[in-house]
Order: sequence, then structure tokens, then C-alpha cells
Amino acid sequence: MAVNGQVTAVELAGITKRFPGVVANHDIHLTVRKGTVHALVGENGAGKSTLMKILYGMQKPDEGTIAVDGEQVSFSSPADAIVRGIGMVHQHFMLADNLTVLENVVLGSEKLHGIGAKARRKIKEISDRYGFGVRPDVLVEELGVAERQRVEILKVLFRGARTLILDEPTAVLVPQEVDALFANLRELKAQGLSVIFISHKLGEVLSVADEITVIRRGTTVGTAVPAETTPRQLAELMVGSELPTPETAESTVTDRPVLTVEDLRLETAGGKALLDDISFTIHAGEVLGLAGVEGNGQTELVDALIGLKHADSGTITLAGDVITAWPTRKRREQGVGYIPEDRHRHGLLLESPLWENRILGHVTERPNAKGVWLDPKAAQEDTRRIVEEYDVRTPGIDVTAASLSGGNQQKLIVGREMSHKPRFLIAAHPTRGVDVGAQAQIWDQIREARREGLAVLLISADLDELIGLSDTLRVIYNGRLVADADPATITPEELGSAMTGAATGHLEHEETPETPGKAPESPEDEAR
Amino acid sequence: MKKFDKERVLLAVAGPVLALAVAFVLTAIVLLASGKNPVEPFSIMFEQASFSDIQVRIINQASLYYIAALAVAIGFRMNLFNIGVDGQYLLGAMITAIVGAHMDLPAVLQIPLLMLTAILTGAFWAGIVGVLKVTRGVSEVVASIMLNAIATSVIGYLWLPNVFGVKVGNNNTTGEMAESGWVTGFDLGKAGEIYGLVVLAALLGIGYWIVIHRTRFGFDLRASGASETAAAASGVDPGRMVLTAMLISGGVAGLAGLPILLGDTHTYSLNFPTGIGFLGIGIALLGRNSPVGIAFAALLWAWLDKASPELDFHDYDKEIAVIMQGLIVLSVVVSYEAVREWGLRRQQRRVGAELAAGHVLGADGSDNNVKKEVAGR
Repeated sequence: MAVNGQVTAVELAGITKRFPGVVANHDIHLTVRKGTVHALVGENGAGKSTLMKILYGMQKPDEGTIAVDGEQVSFSSPADAIVRGIGMVHQHFMLADNLTVLENVVLGSEKLHGIGAKARRKIKEISDRYGFGVRPDVLVEELGVAERQRVEILKVLFRGARTLILDEPTAVLVPQEVDALFANLRELKAQGLSVIFISHKLGEVLSVADEITVIRRGTTVGTAVPAETTPRQLAELMVGSELPTPETAESTVTDRPVLTVEDLRLETAGGKALLDDISFTIHAGEVLGLAGVEGNGQTELVDALIGLKHADSGTITLAGDVITAWPTRKRREQGVGYIPEDRHRHGLLLESPLWENRILGHVTERPNAKGVWLDPKAAQEDTRRIVEEYDVRTPGIDVTAASLSGGNQQKLIVGREMSHKPRFLIAAHPTRGVDVGAQAQIWDQIREARREGLAVLLISADLDELIGLSDTLRVIYNGRLVADADPATITPEELGSAMTGAATGHLEHEETPETPGKAPESPEDEAR
Repeated sequence: MKKFDKERVLLAVAGPVLALAVAFVLTAIVLLASGKNPVEPFSIMFEQASFSDIQVRIINQASLYYIAALAVAIGFRMNLFNIGVDGQYLLGAMITAIVGAHMDLPAVLQIPLLMLTAILTGAFWAGIVGVLKVTRGVSEVVASIMLNAIATSVIGYLWLPNVFGVKVGNNNTTGEMAESGWVTGFDLGKAGEIYGLVVLAALLGIGYWIVIHRTRFGFDLRASGASETAAAASGVDPGRMVLTAMLISGGVAGLAGLPILLGDTHTYSLNFPTGIGFLGIGIALLGRNSPVGIAFAALLWAWLDKASPELDFHDYDKEIAVIMQGLIVLSVVVSYEAVREWGLRRQQRRVGAELAAGHVLGADGSDNNVKKEVAGR
């Protein structure tokens, strides 16, 4: 099925994959043409990952055929797939920090070009051809996220891939880096390579893809051409129903300060400042959005607020109480809610049942405990309530947290934190890796709580989310708050340049015509 | 969701059963390789288990194993490897014997006093490890192994006649304990006597379960073991948790020698059993840190110990039992990990199935098990 007379790189036809009792993929059709970027979009758990695992040789389809360059193939391992020129760049980078770029690239495929000068030449050649600017002899630990990603892509190209699968490649990048990535992708496709681009971010998909395939509940529900599609239409295709319209809310900001941070400073063991001169106030009913490239002190700030790290100087005040010296547990008991950045590391016990995860972080509070005794019955009862109220999709509360999809895990965490009526909520990347449906719900819950007087610190890499939800915006760079902005007028691009340290102070929106429909699936409403 | 409960029971049993089966088969292969009958030794040992005097000895021995394994399990529950249970056990027994020989209160006071002595001694010895780990970051494994060696030396010193030692022939002892500190056992006539403090072992098992599963502290302990980072974020103070767990583990370890000390030997001598703490590690592993599992494992271990001497009379080597114990530990480690991964994956699939059957969106449930895949070559 050569589309428009062009050659087909990969064609999946009638793919069905059953797991005992479940059909993960059903009658999937996907045609990727040579020299194009083909986007695959769908909610978490819609079957994208299963499909890509099939294409990458990790799983075998029960029915259907895979054709590469017009030739029917059958993969039994990723090694087979790479021989056929199919490579995958995983969402979580698989690089060894303490090895150089060269070593990382040749690792596992030493036979191809050796490990010495020949390999280095090959890496240079690939890097130059696609404009990657990769330095082969630098240690990976010294590289930024975007550079690491380019190394990952290079790794795959080094192994001879002609079709690249990129799993959520933009999740970790700031807008400028995303642009650079897209420039790389255009370069790749100009050279005749094909890219399968998996993403949630519909605005990006529309800007980079030549074709889009939407997958829902395990089957392909449609294809779209970016030029003729709006993000909204695409999102509706994905979710299978009309999206809830983000309602325009009144500003709920009060003049009652809930959290006040003054001159906070946090140092490394060597005395280098991780955070310096941090001061801000969040009022009841206010969402303060913190923008910044990852690694500029956000994690440390969250740690200092929740009590995992203690400030070297400065004070933190929660509704009149100085909490700087309080341990984590006391802070949580006194109404600091915490939606962690990395839910697997900080928010869940993956191998414990849901109801025990409901206790986590609130073990001293009702309904989880009476005195020093746990109250499993009440905790289980309350878990059932959370599952229902927050629409956590699970067959029961005795299954392990690891069995839920990312979005449902996050809904459980949000439900748990909200159940203890926090006064101040730390929400670090609350919708990262969460599908559109769950995202809208989580946004609603944050807004709802804000209306009731909650103070929220929102940290997010999704600038649309940040601008849409926040009442006030601050930019963190190198451990300092360098700029502030009004979310009502600022654009993601302007915010992006402040995040790289290029702009400081109060950011004023320069009057350029708005770009309508930039990312309408975001919570673009809001405050004022 | 009874289905998932049944599932958990199945998984809990699958690991040990698999490990034991593998260990039996491997032992049989060892026997075959040495040109012996691969089945007969087992039947001899099984037959031993039917004699009442052997049964009594098995239960008595198991009570020591059980307490030591509980001590190890407390550490394991939070990923803390108290390999020093042996030192804590020996020192606890010795100091208790010394106190028992030099104090003579009425039994109602004497016995609690002796128990408290054992607990405090064990807790003190383990507490050193905890303090070193919390304040200086010293690995608890290294510190507690070192303290085992030091405990042996301390015991040697205390045995000196001019310290607390009493020479009885060639044997070093700590002197006979006052009779008010003896705990009478359950006399079964010809079969022998079951130590009275077997009851203590059982109570400790129940207490362990209650603390781990029904108290806030137990939850924090388990959370620390399941994910150190998540526990810290949930408000557990990691340092305090390490110290508390070490103290409790050491306290329990200190008690491990009491059933035999107060029930039989009434003195700490060269004949006092050693290595109980090390065996406790294997037993805790086999018993999956569960009080019921550990009880079975302790009985199994004691059976291998007490039934194997008979092998010498049938031209087999009783070391077969030791080989078997080693093989069990080895296969336990492998099979538990395999069963755990299999169970996790199986449950993810089942959750997917349930969601699909309920016609819920997003039903393949496989999002979370992709992290470990390796990139292709």
C-alpha cells in the first residue's frame, strides 16, 4: 500500500495481540512511508506500547503481518528488528553515566565498527550528517537531557536503523530543545529515514508529523493529516468523546498568606549553593507556577519544602508557624500535601496493595490509624472511596500499585493527598506521563481545591499547563528565582527564554499577534 | 477481591515449595554422583521424625532457630541485614547466665530480670551497629560481622576464672545459675522435656506479626524496606528507623539463647550452641520473613539437624543434611526472585484482563513493566 506513490518503510496490517483474557491490540493498521515522521497518538494504556513492542521484536503478534520495505518479516527479538533497520529510542534513557559517548554508543555492538578510531569516525559522520553536534569523548554524566537524547538517537542510527521509534521524546525537553529535536527529525527524514513519533502532546504532533495515526482501546481509530486537523479534534479522536471544556474560573487568590519562604538557601556538602536567595509567598487560593529547565533547583526546593533536606539558612512559614526545623512527618500532618515528581520513587510502594499505598505518607492520620495502631479496615474503606471519587481504574484495592497504569497511579496519589485537606500542596509535574483524560481530571481537582483556599506550588515542564493553571509565575534558574511573569499574557516561548537564563526580572509580553490554536488542549483558561 | 488474596497465598507458597523441590532433587543428584542411593537417606530421616524423642529435640532446637530468625527478619523487613545476630545471641546468653549466677531473686522477678538482661545486651550490641550506620554511614553488614568477632573475644575474656568464669573440668562455664531463674519445661516422660520458653518463641512470633502488620511503626518499617525513598518522603526518619530496627532486632536476638539456657544448660559453657544466628538468616529467608513461614522453616532446619545423625548408622554421611541446608538457601534466593517477578507480571496481566472485562478504557495494563527492557543491539 504505497501512499501517494511513495515507498512504504513499515507496514503493520491486521495486528492483533491477546494476553490471557485481554486483547491489547486488535486489528491494527499502520503504514509509515519512507522519509516521513509518522505520529502515533493515544491515551496511556491504549495499546501504543504493545504495538511498538511488537514492531521492535519484543513481542510476537497473534495475528497480522509486519512488512519492512515491502518484505514480510517476523521478529523474535529486538536484535532481529535492528537487523531490519528498526531502532527504538526509549523514553527513559539507557545510558551509562560513567562512560563516554563513544563507549555508550559502541556498547553491545562492538562488532559493527570496533571500539576505536573506526567507531569514532562513524559517530562523527552520523553526527555531522544529521547535525547532532555530538562529542564522542565526553562523559555522558556531563551531558544535558537534550544531548543525551541525541546520543540515544545516534546509538540507534549507529546500529543501522532506517526507521526510528521515538517514545515520548519531548517529555523531558524545554520548548527550545524541542525545536532543536524537531530540526534533527526533519534532517533525518530529508535523508530518507522514517520516524515513528509517540506523543501525548498534540500541539507538537501537529507541528512535526506528516501523518498521524490515532489508537484507542487497542485499535487504530483513524488517521489524520496535520494540516487539516486541530488539536481538539485529535484529542477527541483519542479519548473517543468530547473533551471537557476548561471552564473560565474567577481568580480565587486571597490576601491570606499560607506559605512564606524567605531567603532560603541550600548548599551541597562542599558549600556550593543549590538554592540561593529564594523568597516567595503563596496565598490561600493561589497557584504559584514554577518554570525552569529541569535540574535548576526545583527538586531541591521541593525537598526543602517537604523536609527531606533542611535549609542551610532562611525560613519557611506555614500559616504563621515557622516550619523550617520540622521533620517531614510533622509537615505532612500539619497540612502539606505532596504530589511527587517521580511517583515511583517518592509516591508509591509499587509492590504493595493500593490500600497500603493509601496509608503511605499519612500513617499517623485518620482514617489510617488510631493511636499507634493501624486501622486497615478504615483505610481500605477509604481507599474504595478514593478509587471511586477519583476514578482510579482498578479491579480492586488489593492489587499492587505496579499493576495500574501511570495515570491511574497518579489519580490515586492525588486522591490520597486531597483526602487529608492540605493547606499547601506541592504538585511536581502532576500530569507527567498521564493521559489526556486523567490530565483533565487532575487539573479539575487542583482547581477545585484552589477554590476552597488551597495554596499550590506547581512545578511542571509542560508550559501550557503551567500558564493555564497558575495565578502567578516564577522562573527558577541556577537555584535562584530570576524572573516572574503574568500567566494571563505570557507565551510559552517567552517563558522558555527566561528558563534558559536569557531574560530576567518581570517578563512583559511583547505585543505580537497571538498564535491561535497553539495548544488548545491545555488549560488555557484561568485566573483573571 | 478474594481472587487476588488467593493469588497471594499461591505465590507465597510457590516460592518455598519450588525451592525445597529443587534442593531435594539437587541433593539426590549429589548422592547419586557419590554412588549412593539417592532416596534412602531421605526415608531414614523421615522415619526419624516419627519418633517422639526426636520430635521433642526438633521442637527444642527449632525454638532457638525461630527466635534468631525473627531477629533477622525484623532487619530484612526494612532491607537491613543484621548479620550480627549470632554475636548478639551469644553475648545475650552469656551475660544472662552471669547475671543468673550472681543474682537470686524470687522467680517472678528473677525470670523477667534475666529476659531484660538478654534483651538489653543484644540491643546494646546491635545498637552499636545502628549508631555507626546512622552517624558514620558504616555498612551494617561490615560492622556487625566485626562485632561478631569482638563478641567472641569478649566472651573469652569473661570466661577467665578471675573475671566471671568457673572451670568445670576442661570446660569453661559461667557457673550454675540460681534455681529461681530456671524455667521448667513440659515433661513428656520418656520422650524428654520441651523447653518452657518454647512459649516465649511463639509469643514473639505473634508479637512480631502484630507489630509489623498492625502498628504505625510496622507500616513505617515495611515502607522503608519496600522503598527507602518513598518512606522518607512519607515522613519516616531513615536514621531513626535504622536505629530502632537494629535495637529491636538485637533485643530479640539476645533472647534466642534463653530457651536452652533457662530450660536446660543453666550455664553458659563451651558446649553452648553457636552459629544459631547465622542459621537464622537462612531460616528467615526460607520463611519469607513471615512468622508462620519462619516457624515451618525453623522446624525443617531442626529436623535436618536432629534426624541426620542417624544417617551415620546406615553408612551415609550426616553431612548430607548440611549440603541440603545450603542448597535450600541457594534455591530459595533464586526461586523467590523468579516467583516474585512472575507474580508481579501475572497480576499486571490479570488487572488488564479485569479492566478489559469491565469495559474500561486503557486496559492493557502493560505500561509499567516495560522499564526493564534492554535497548536492542
